[in-house]
Amino acid sequence: MAGTKWSAARPTRRSPKAPDVLEALREPWPWYVAGPLIGLVVPALLLIGNKMFGVSANLRTLCAIAAPGKIEFFRFDWRRIGGWNLAFAAGIFLGGAVAVTALGGAGDVAISAATRADLAALGIADFGGLLPADLFSFAALATPRGLIAVVGGGFLIGFGSAYAGGCTSGHAIMGLADRQIPSLIAVLGFFAGGVAATFWLLPLVLGGAS
Amino acid sequence: MSEPAAARGVDRHAPPVGPPIPPTAAQLGVYLALGVVFGVVLIKSEVVSWFRIQEMFRFQAFHMYGVLGSALLVASPAVALIERSGLRSATGERIAVPPKALGRGIRYAAGGLLFGVGWALVGACPGPMFALIGAGAEVVAVALLGALVGAWSYGAARPRLPH
Repeated sequence: MAGTKWSAARPTRRSPKAPDVLEALREPWPWYVAGPLIGLVVPALLLIGNKMFGVSANLRTLCAIAAPGKIEFFRFDWRRIGGWNLAFAAGIFLGGAVAVTALGGAGDVAISAATRADLAALGIADFGGLLPADLFSFAALATPRGLIAVVGGGFLIGFGSAYAGGCTSGHAIMGLADRQIPSLIAVLGFFAGGVAATFWLLPLVLGGAS
Repeated sequence: MSEPAAARGVDRHAPPVGPPIPPTAAQLGVYLALGVVFGVVLIKSEVVSWFRIQEMFRFQAFHMYGVLGSALLVASPAVALIERSGLRSATGERIAVPPKALGRGIRYAAGGLLFGVGWALVGACPGPMFALIGAGAEVVAVALLGALVGAWSYGAARPRLPH
């Protein structure tokens, strides 16, 4: 893990607590730290500017900026409506960079043995890092499975979230937190689609013997 | 929206209606800072990992359910409290979370299903995509481009789709 490498270079401090905290921040964060922090983003956005947590609206906004054409869906005042969310998305991008440069990034992911075995059976060979290099590399993009997973999957994420009017943040967190039935339907759809793709589509795409 | 009546009552596809003026640079800075926090959490908790998403859809670990569940446990009472208190935001607006129109519900079911398939393939949803690109996973920018084409295609096809 990156944390052990870092401890050698870390300057010694009087208080044992501060380095302990820094050290802990460089390790993967457990769910009970990450979840509540994500949950706090929801009231923060409401209290700051009456904004509803959601990220996929940025896709619509970027289309409205780049190529609105004569499509009604993209003809709105994107600065006024989508400006805040673009800044939020830019922050997420920067946050990814900060996590890697200042907070130890993410090492190999300690997934369950069962998942690892299932994925190995499907032909995933590289379990290093956050994403499998078998699919997420520019070399893999030239293969059918990489193209389908990355480009096809990306297309469905954009199409589906625009159709459903929200993504994981907008429906599964903001919408469910507000107890909205449409969001519950969307989230059930997310999981039905995801489970179906995991068990039926992914084996075909990866072309492994399962 | 250019037509306020439609934005409030009819066009539920519209993003939340903001204040009548574009956000100030200072406000944008606050949203940016909040985004940084969110992006850091997404990477450090590994919820941006394709492997974690596979684990979730295979029901083989609690991690993702713990993140989503505890986020809801914090967000839900906070939203209820804020709505009931009639607070105003720092920008001076009365805070309100408008209900989404259910309609026939087709858009939520069909859009949700398609999104779910994409989520399983890419192993990341829109927020994590931005975080991953920032973290140096350049290939994810290709998935984001695909998502933009997807969102654009929905916009073009929207008049012919059931909602």
